[in-house]
Amino acid sequence: MTEVTEPALTIDAIGKKCPIPIIMLAEQINYVPLNAVVAVLADDPAAYTDVPAWCRLKSHRHVGSYELPEGGWAIHVRRNY
Amino acid sequence: MSLVAYFDAASSEPLHPQAREALLAAIDVGWADPARLYGQARRAHLLLEQARTEVAEALGARPDEVSFTSSGTQAVHLGVLGTLHGRRRAGRHLVTSAVEHSSVLHAGGVHERDGGTVETVGVELTGRVDLDLFAEAVARPGTALACLQTANHEVGTLQPVAEAAAACRANGVPLLVDAAQTAGRMPVPAGWSVLTASAHKWGGPAGVGVLVVRKGTRFRSFLPEDERERRRVPGFENVPGIVAAAAALRAMTAEAAQEQARLSELVAKIRETVPKVVPDVEVIGDPVERAPHIVTFSCLYVDGEALLTELDKAGFAVSSGSSCTASTLRPSHVLEAMGVLTHGNVRVSLPRGTSAAEVDRFLAVLPDLVRRIRQDAGVA
Repeated sequence: MTEVTEPALTIDAIGKKCPIPIIMLAEQINYVPLNAVVAVLADDPAAYTDVPAWCRLKSHRHVGSYELPEGGWAIHVRRNY
Repeated sequence: MSLVAYFDAASSEPLHPQAREALLAAIDVGWADPARLYGQARRAHLLLEQARTEVAEALGARPDEVSFTSSGTQAVHLGVLGTLHGRRRAGRHLVTSAVEHSSVLHAGGVHERDGGTVETVGVELTGRVDLDLFAEAVARPGTALACLQTANHEVGTLQPVAEAAAACRANGVPLLVDAAQTAGRMPVPAGWSVLTASAHKWGGPAGVGVLVVRKGTRFRSFLPEDERERRRVPGFENVPGIVAAAAALRAMTAEAAQEQARLSELVAKIRETVPKVVPDVEVIGDPVERAPHIVTFSCLYVDGEALLTELDKAGFAVSSGSSCTASTLRPSHVLEAMGVLTHGNVRVSLPRGTSAAEVDRFLAVLPDLVRRIRQDAGVA
C-alpha cells in the first residue's frame, strides 16, 4: 500500500448508481492540481468498469482500484491535464 | 414507414412473411406424431425431414447431423453439456470466451458445480477473443470442449472462428460454434464440431432452435433417455414451427447477400454519424469485422434506462446492456469483459427491410434526447 499516492480528493459515491459516480468525477477532477489523484468510492458494479473506461476516453490515468473492507472500491484516477 | 421503428433484431427478428405462410399451412397438416406409421404421421414426418434437409443445406451440414430443439438457449445447453458428457474420458476442462451468450456461461456453471473446470478467455477492446490465449487454453491437457460465437450478440464483433477451429483441431478438441447472431445472414464459418442457432433470430417463429453435431463428434445427452431427434433432444418435435423456421432460413439466406449488405451500410452510417452529432459518445465493437446488422454505442453521463424510455417514446425499439436496464443490476458481462463504458448503452440491431428513412429519423432525434437527459442530470 505504500506505493499508493495519497488522494488529493475523495469523492464518496457509495450507494450511487452509474452514471452518477462518473458525473461526480468529471465535475470534480478539475478541483485537484495536475498529476494529483482523485479517489472515487463506489459500490455500483458498473463503476468498477466505467471509471477506467472514462479515463481511457478522457485521457486521464486509471491508477488502480482497491477493494474497500465495507464493500465497493476506491478507484484512483490521476489528473493528466 | 410504421410509427415504431423496430431496431432490436438481435433480440428477435420479426417473422418472415414466408415463415408465416409456411407456419399456417403446417399447423393444418403437420400436427400428427412424426414417429407413427399412419398417413397423417407420415405427412408430419415428411415435413419434418424436408425442413431438416433445408436447414442442413443452409448451415453446411448433413441432415442426420441436425436436431431441432425448443430454443437457441436449449440448443446451447444440450450442445455444451452433451459434448462434455460424451467426452468425459478425454477430460473435464471447458474453454469459452468471456463474451459468449449467457446460455454458454450458465452451462459452464453447471459443469463447474458438477466438478468440471471452466476457463474463460478474455477479449480485446473490440470484443474479439484473444486468439493466442484461446489457442493456449485449448492446448491444455484434459480440454473436452471449446465454445466460440460467430458474432457477439451485444456489440456485433465477429470472432475468429476459423482460426480458433484450427487451434482446436490441432489439439483434437471439438469446437462448439454459437451462430445465433449470424445464421441466415452470413455463411457459417468452417471448422465447427457442434453448431447452435435460434430460428426467431433469422425470422422464424419462437420455439425452434437448432443443434448440429458433426458426424464423428462424441456426444451423449445428459438428460433422461428419449428417442426423439437422434436421442439428442427430448420431447415431441414442434413440426409446424420447424417447417416455418426452415422456410425463413431459406428466404433469409437467399436474400442475405443483397439485404445484409444494405443493412451493413445503414449500420456504417450510424457508426459514423453518432459520434459527430452526439458529444462524448463511444461507438463500441469492431468497425469492420462485424455482423451486418448490429451497432452499439455508449453515451457518457447518460442513464441507459432513461435513454431507452425516451427512445421508446420517440418511436424506437432498441435494447441496452446497461445495468439499470437489466434484471440483475449488473452491467452486461460483455461490456465488462471489453472494458468499455457500460452506462448509457444502446444497441441498435436492424431487421430486414429497415429503411434508410427510419435510420435518418433515429439519427435526427438522438442528439436532442441525449442532450436533455444530460441536462436533467446536471451535466453541463
